[in-house]
Amino acid sequence: MSEVAHPAPVAAPPLRARHPVAWFVVKRIFAGLLTLLVVSILVFVGTELLGDPASAILGRNATPENLAEMRELMGLDEPASERYFDWLGGLLTGDLGNSAAGYAQGGEVPIWDDIKGKLGNSFALAAITALIMVPLSLFFGVRAALRARRAEDHAISVSSLAVSSLPEFVIGSLLILAFFAWLDVLPPVSLIAPGESPFADPKKLVLPVLTLLGVTCAASIRMVRAGMIETLGTDYVQMARLNGFRERLVVWRYALRNALAPAVQVFAQNIQFLIGGIIVTEYLFAYPGIGQELVNAVSIRDVRVVQSLAIVVAAFYIVVNIIADLLVMLLVPKLRTRA
Amino acid sequence: MRVRERFRFLRSGTGVVGFALLLLVLGIALFGPFFAPHGPSEPIGIPFEGSSGEALLGYDGLGRDVLSRVLWGGRSVLALAGLATLIAYLAGGLIGLLAGYSRSHVDPLLMRGVDVLISIPALLFILVLITGAGTSKAVLVASVAAVQAPLIARIIRTATLEQSVRGFVEAAVARGEGTFAVLRREILPNIVAPIAADVGLRFTYSIILVASVNFFGLGLQPPAADWALIISENREGLTLNPWVILVPAAMIALLTISLNLVGDAIARSLGRTSVAP
Repeated sequence: MSEVAHPAPVAAPPLRARHPVAWFVVKRIFAGLLTLLVVSILVFVGTELLGDPASAILGRNATPENLAEMRELMGLDEPASERYFDWLGGLLTGDLGNSAAGYAQGGEVPIWDDIKGKLGNSFALAAITALIMVPLSLFFGVRAALRARRAEDHAISVSSLAVSSLPEFVIGSLLILAFFAWLDVLPPVSLIAPGESPFADPKKLVLPVLTLLGVTCAASIRMVRAGMIETLGTDYVQMARLNGFRERLVVWRYALRNALAPAVQVFAQNIQFLIGGIIVTEYLFAYPGIGQELVNAVSIRDVRVVQSLAIVVAAFYIVVNIIADLLVMLLVPKLRTRA
Repeated sequence: MRVRERFRFLRSGTGVVGFALLLLVLGIALFGPFFAPHGPSEPIGIPFEGSSGEALLGYDGLGRDVLSRVLWGGRSVLALAGLATLIAYLAGGLIGLLAGYSRSHVDPLLMRGVDVLISIPALLFILVLITGAGTSKAVLVASVAAVQAPLIARIIRTATLEQSVRGFVEAAVARGEGTFAVLRREILPNIVAPIAADVGLRFTYSIILVASVNFFGLGLQPPAADWALIISENREGLTLNPWVILVPAAMIALLTISLNLVGDAIARSLGRTSVAP
């Protein structure tokens, strides 16, 4: 407790002293919201002020008349600051605006209607991957650490280093070649009809999930291994061994818990790979999620859709990071008092 | 002596294997066009016809010789990713040096900016920039550099911070040398090791990002011959002529794997554990 630093007389200890974890959460949520605000400005500037959205949508069909019409339809004649606050206000009230693809077809298509099903699909893909990734990388990471510098460790480490350096679309393309072109056991595309559950045909999920696992597992195996090797060298692990505890108990009950703290942060970092990976994987397998939607929206310069998806994805990423930090704090008691 | 030290990473098995593979891929990418039997954009065969005596790797969707396109298609991968990495090092290096050396508000200010940029997933950031600025080589290189620069700034700031409290830096400041002179003559030579441990991984990450954007069709445009673009534009022909997917995919894989093996070996020979991108 380092409260001596503030000699001002206070009746009750402040929140941060009484509930350090709660204080930490409040602080992180506030920082997260602030980050999101800055991200929204960056996204707005990046998408709207670097070019002209109206002429981008119309492309070669642009004439001075329909260009002016489109600009008016999209509200581009208003000053940038006003547009930004309109958009931000819409985001806060859950109104994401209308897609430009809809305007081009002459109607108003709310973006939210367009993406809500796809959000679910992407989430399903991410959740399955995460559920398999965590135990798998713990298992291989711990195994490699227990056999550090022996053949098995070497095999695990080098192959995970190799796989982690591959772009997702290369892994995915090679998987398609193997399981579709040669073995012909799995479909090369994972089309899912709107409204259909992604779990309706599990076969369609196998290759996308394998692709994502390749990217995410490799990195976390390496980090779990490093954390575990460090923990296994500590005195208390030595002590537990000398006390005659079974090796299995020492490893999985005592050492792993401490090795997990850095690993949780890595799992959270992996979410970044997972998000990047999902964008590529969905595009590769034509899986109808927000990643595919994002790439399509970028190719037709559908500015409003890109903006909304960017904010949704960034918010998700920030939330996962906060949760990961919280988990680390709960796993490692000494961090609680330092906050 | 110094040269020998520089190649110490070759003492590990993975370092040697990685270095040999890297030389092979670099050789194919750089000198391949001289050995290509055809130009990269000559339609000369039947679309997606498989391997034959005429064309070792068959033809692509427009009847172009796959072998020739693969031999031509490595240069753009190296050039775009290399340029992006270089720009990222210049920008990120400058930010990191200034932040690490300054003891004023410059450091927290620069680092909060870096934090915000890092909190946006890389590919998302690149796609947002492309939406606004359009598809071109310049936008591709600039956006990949913009993603990498904050990551580099962090590493260089930490290394600079370590050095800036050393005696020889204090002595230089006491001699009255200016900020840039101290950074260039005292600090920069002493943070070469962490930079060297990191540069291979950075380059790999640039290649992955550049290739992914090209795969989306949002970077280089047809008829450019580029390994990622070749995979992307011939996906529907994969059962007819698997070579058109397999060979460029294998080239990208060999390139990134060998770079990572070398990077990892260099990092370990310098006594640093490698950090994934």
